[in-house]
Amino acid sequence: MTLPEGLSRRTLLVKLGIAFNTAIAAVLAVPIVRYLMSPVIHERKGGYDAWVSLGNLEQFPSGQTRFATYRNPVVNPWDGTTGDIACWVRNVDGKTFQVFAINCAHLGCPVRWFPQSSLFLCPCHGGAYYQDGSRASGPPERGLFEYGYKLESGRLFIKAEEMPTPGSACKSKNSDIVREIKPCA
Amino acid sequence: MRLIKTVVDWLGVRLPIDATIQETAGHQVPRDTASWFYVFGSAALVVFMLQIITGIMLAFIYVPSAGQAWNSLQVLNHNVTLGWFIRAMHGWGSDFMVAIVLIHMVQVFIFGAYKFPRELTWVVGILLLIVTLGMAFTGQVLRFDQDAYWGLGIGASIASRVPILGPPTVNLMLGGPIIAGATLSRFFALHVFIIPGLLISFVVVHLLMVLRLGINEWPMPGRVVRKATYIKDYHELTKRDGVPFVPGAVYKDLFFGAFIIIAIAACAIYFGPFGPSGAPDPTIIQTAPRPDYFFLWLYAVLSLLPPSMETPALLIGPVIVLAGLILLPFIFGEGEKSWRRRPIAVLTILLSAVALGTLTKLAQFAPWSPVMDAWSEIPVPSEFLQNRTALERQGALVFKLKQCHNCHSLDDQGGKRGPALDAVAVRLTPDQLIRQVIQGGGNMPAYGKNLSPAETTALVAFLETLHPAGQLPARDASRTLALDPQDGTAPASKP
Repeated sequence: MTLPEGLSRRTLLVKLGIAFNTAIAAVLAVPIVRYLMSPVIHERKGGYDAWVSLGNLEQFPSGQTRFATYRNPVVNPWDGTTGDIACWVRNVDGKTFQVFAINCAHLGCPVRWFPQSSLFLCPCHGGAYYQDGSRASGPPERGLFEYGYKLESGRLFIKAEEMPTPGSACKSKNSDIVREIKPCA
Repeated sequence: MRLIKTVVDWLGVRLPIDATIQETAGHQVPRDTASWFYVFGSAALVVFMLQIITGIMLAFIYVPSAGQAWNSLQVLNHNVTLGWFIRAMHGWGSDFMVAIVLIHMVQVFIFGAYKFPRELTWVVGILLLIVTLGMAFTGQVLRFDQDAYWGLGIGASIASRVPILGPPTVNLMLGGPIIAGATLSRFFALHVFIIPGLLISFVVVHLLMVLRLGINEWPMPGRVVRKATYIKDYHELTKRDGVPFVPGAVYKDLFFGAFIIIAIAACAIYFGPFGPSGAPDPTIIQTAPRPDYFFLWLYAVLSLLPPSMETPALLIGPVIVLAGLILLPFIFGEGEKSWRRRPIAVLTILLSAVALGTLTKLAQFAPWSPVMDAWSEIPVPSEFLQNRTALERQGALVFKLKQCHNCHSLDDQGGKRGPALDAVAVRLTPDQLIRQVIQGGGNMPAYGKNLSPAETTALVAFLETLHPAGQLPARDASRTLALDPQDGTAPASKP
């Protein structure tokens, strides 16, 4: 048997050894990458949105906007207070509600409600929103993020999703950047 | 004496690195590089070692759990002997490290040290700058307080804007749907294992390159870098006019490194550790998150960019800056090194310094942020209320009650988000004031639905009084035609 130029038994073994290790690395990469990507692929199926109670409807008088908190549906025992999420509940007319995320649509800082001037103001970069969550002024490109809600046996439930960010919030068909406050379907 | 020699000989056989040490310490460097301008690289290394030591000490106590991290920092600050001092050293060390790395980079740029054959040394230096800033940001997150929590939210909001990849990137960064335990754990892994690992390997490569290629000679106007001749010229220079690194140049590094450590310790003792600020409870929204010092300029940029420019600037800007920095030595690899012959390089540094300095200074005042409690805490100065009618005073009340003061200042008190109102009556006529209040515009919300006609009348009456003594309020020129010509404030007297 004639060997190609420069290929001895030993160099062949070295090359085979390298190939063997590469193959093992490739096989091992599959569980490692899947493990690393688990926040994206694995947990996404369940728990990123679930119905959470914000409490009895009496807490949210008609025509007013009130502060509410809930425990995030997906928590680990060591999450501490970070599992508690705040939101703003606007009772429009006793039947219709709007539940706004606490996060400013600009960069996620907590917006504060001022009932006297009916404005949400953000302490970071000065974004302002009207009482219906639409953008009033400042750097935000859109209105406040809204949670879907339902009323059931005298309680207000919201569809608690992941922390809303400008990129993750559902895209409305009407892509008006100034006023985009449709809740996610 | 004989004992020492025996030990050295014994070691020399089993640990044969004495030749490497001698070669490294004794290598010839150009005489004029034994300069105080050449100490910043070694100082960065000294601070990095300090960060490793203090960081490991903090890890003895710190608990990387979202529920406990903040409490463990309180214990470090108050219950552990000198825990506050180690925290303060680590915090101030981080600020010093970023500063020294930046100064080192400026010095290398101004001295033309990135040119042939040191292009890759510069590129690895850029990587070192990135991982240093990465350490600064992840370290700020580990100080798991309100600023860290909302700072993560800001980071997530920025990352989410990347097309398509943004939202999954956010989930990867947070380790789940929200900022919680998984987020802190992965930032701990980044800050303690991944980024330091990268940092150490980049430092090793960077240092090897500096040793093998030799330190950049002092730039002389007219001594031009040519790829064909540079290496030969450099070796002739170090042979003709060189000194061994030890002891010729190293003593300045030693003194400066020690001085920096003293400076960090002095800051740590005098100013104390950074925070932590309030507990990371997202239901406590009475907070105004601020980034750490070296990210303040970014905070200013994000506030001042027009909304439509923001996402493109955030996504394209860093790519352009990074590409420019990495391509720099490959485009300008030859030519003059001296700053006397490189005016554009000097201007670039000056411009960047002025821009970053101005943005940082602005961010310390944050004029774009509303003062959230100005309406309830800061009084209307009395000179604006004296000798005013009941209607005008009622208007001052409306001004307070509708939170106008949160964004508009009077006598320099209150928010700076909107224009100061001390002389607003000179700028706007009553009709323009009414329209501005009702319709908003120019970055002001519209108050039409939220002010009764009576409130609007009172508010505008108050705003009409806001003009300097001796300066008339603005008025519509067409109105003057209808005015009584005998009126004392006849328009003819106005320029």
